[in-house]
Amino acid sequence: MTKLPGKQMVVEALKQEGVDVVFGFPGGAIIDVYDAMEKDGNIKHVLVRHEQGAAHAADGYARATGKVGVCIATSGPGATNTVTGIATAYMDSIPIVVFTGQVPTSLIGNDAFQEVDIVGITRPCTKHNYLVKDVRKLPTILKEAFYIASSGRPGPVLIDLPKDVQNQVAEFDYPDKIKLRSYNPVVEPHTKQIERAFKLIEKAKQPIIYAGGGVIIANAHKELRKLAESINAPVTMTLMGLGGFPGTHKQSLGMLGMHGTYCANMAMANTDLIIAVGARFDDRVTGKIEAFAPNAAVIHIDIDPTSIQKNVKVDVPIVGDCKRALKKLVKVIEEDGRPPEVWREKFRPWWDQIHAWQQRHPLTYKTEPGVIKPQYVIEKLYELTKGKAIITTEVGQNQMWTAQFYKFDKPRTLLTSGGLGTMGYGFPAAIGAQMAFPNKLVIDVAGDGSIQMNIQEMATAMEQKLPVKIIILNNQFLGMVRQWQELFYDRRYAATEFSMTPDFVKLAEAYGAKGFRATKPEEVEETLKKGLATDCLTIMEFAIAREEGVFPMVPAGKATTEMLLV
Amino acid sequence: MKHTLSVLVENEPGALSRITGLFSGRGFNIESLCVAPTLDQTMSHLTLVTSGDEFIIEQIIKQLNRLVDVYKVVDVSEGEFVEREMALIKVKAEDETRAEVLRMCDIFRCKVVDVSPRTYTIEVTGPESKLKAVMELLKPIGIKEITRTGTIAIQREKKTV
Repeated sequence: MTKLPGKQMVVEALKQEGVDVVFGFPGGAIIDVYDAMEKDGNIKHVLVRHEQGAAHAADGYARATGKVGVCIATSGPGATNTVTGIATAYMDSIPIVVFTGQVPTSLIGNDAFQEVDIVGITRPCTKHNYLVKDVRKLPTILKEAFYIASSGRPGPVLIDLPKDVQNQVAEFDYPDKIKLRSYNPVVEPHTKQIERAFKLIEKAKQPIIYAGGGVIIANAHKELRKLAESINAPVTMTLMGLGGFPGTHKQSLGMLGMHGTYCANMAMANTDLIIAVGARFDDRVTGKIEAFAPNAAVIHIDIDPTSIQKNVKVDVPIVGDCKRALKKLVKVIEEDGRPPEVWREKFRPWWDQIHAWQQRHPLTYKTEPGVIKPQYVIEKLYELTKGKAIITTEVGQNQMWTAQFYKFDKPRTLLTSGGLGTMGYGFPAAIGAQMAFPNKLVIDVAGDGSIQMNIQEMATAMEQKLPVKIIILNNQFLGMVRQWQELFYDRRYAATEFSMTPDFVKLAEAYGAKGFRATKPEEVEETLKKGLATDCLTIMEFAIAREEGVFPMVPAGKATTEMLLV
Repeated sequence: MKHTLSVLVENEPGALSRITGLFSGRGFNIESLCVAPTLDQTMSHLTLVTSGDEFIIEQIIKQLNRLVDVYKVVDVSEGEFVEREMALIKVKAEDETRAEVLRMCDIFRCKVVDVSPRTYTIEVTGPESKLKAVMELLKPIGIKEITRTGTIAIQREKKTV
């Protein structure tokens, strides 16, 4: 058995966990780990310009690959700067491991320089966290951290490393496997429940599959498609679920909820059976909960029992891994042996109704001569990339237009902050994704507001020679808030108008990146073509219709059938 | 509706804070909370009295189970169980009331654990209802201070958490 100092244990654990890249920013309390990494030389480190960027980049890397993302920060402000990133990952169940430096154990609690109780601060927004006080426990803690982050319902885990612990020496025996008596997520769904679910499907006349981010996390997209096709049921997705079922599939109704399609929301309101897969019925999906799907029975597949029956009553709860549950359900359906035509015939009236809704109010927008519509930019982007890019978004209108007008056919191609709604997420997440896939096209769709929340990471992207593309839909407003003010606050635009925005093209040039701007509709395609063809970091700025809104829209607290339409 | 939960949790620093943080963060109630290590020193037994309708209690139990440090959660109030709470009550005991206080102790089977010229400190153990009754009766005499443990509970007969 080898004896190692704590700092080297961290490096060894990273290697054993197959971590090839970490995102971070050094400081006095973590300098020893950095030194160990530098000496070792096997782990690529991406130096960010702000620790929030490191956390989001690790998150973007994790979402794009399905692997655990890792970031490192120093104590005090370094640690607190990661908190937004940690909370973002927590809300969307993303596996990341965060290392923070801490003041020496003898100084903990003394209000020492750059001391903060980061374990206390992050307790409510991590899946688990550790303050390492004894270096002998470090190997087990490292193993546990990666195991907990990536198993069950994934989430962020933080390890706080006091400076003295980083330098203390102990035996390093990295466990291959770990078993925790108090943590055993249920993975295998109960067969009885699957059979009960099938009985409900058999009885249903107007079923709908409601798929969330859990489908993507569990890599269950193939199984979901099989289920949908074998019973010919319509599928609607949450923001987090986009890509979990092909957006171009004829059974896809698109996204549901506050800015979902008219058809998806009408179908949810009229269904008699919701088959929820890895989704959690959050308020942006259900609207006014009392009016949500009043006639529906509910089958709910989720790995996290707390998600089940949290917001709506569930008839058949199925706790377990989505992939396994769907596999089992498909098997039961196959064994039943009804040919597809029987199901098709059974749900024909339901599909007729759905098609009527689709035709009545398809996703659309009004064109205006001489003005760039943001939806048009996204449509063109989809066309030019053939839907094959990894798209990240910021939060707000840019995010919703992307969700509506870019058709995501594959999982892990839309990386967006769904639960926490973190402005400033998209660009560092794109850096993380591009690190994982250097040869793929990675595009951050941003607004002029949110891009400025982590714009400092342009230096990171340039330093790493990452050809990330940034699309800025510039309306010189904090557009989503402005839209609410327009609709519900008598157009009092309190603190939402930017009277000053930087020249983004010049800004790109200042960083040594490329910048292009379009101010007229006829320039959109050309600008996109030029911008997408570069081999370096590129900003494409579009001066869009300033007061364009996102529609359909369900006002907060209203029933999902009370949609405001274009 | 009141529920008494028995929670077995890893005896780790921060474990209690995770539990109380869960309750405050999600807006659940804690009426009382009692923790001590079990026979196995690496595990603590926590008795938690809370209230809510069946959906809330279901959520509380699930959310507790979701914590990495929590080994097991049982709603002992679903079946037969014994619950006890202890209070130490410092009561005024002057010439004219000293005998009365002792008589009360006798009736409720309380113990006098400390005596001073002007006070008695009484130890009373029992279900919450008994503690309430004792306090009500002692109030007119003059309670100077009370400390209570909060409820601990155990399932009846062979059942164990």
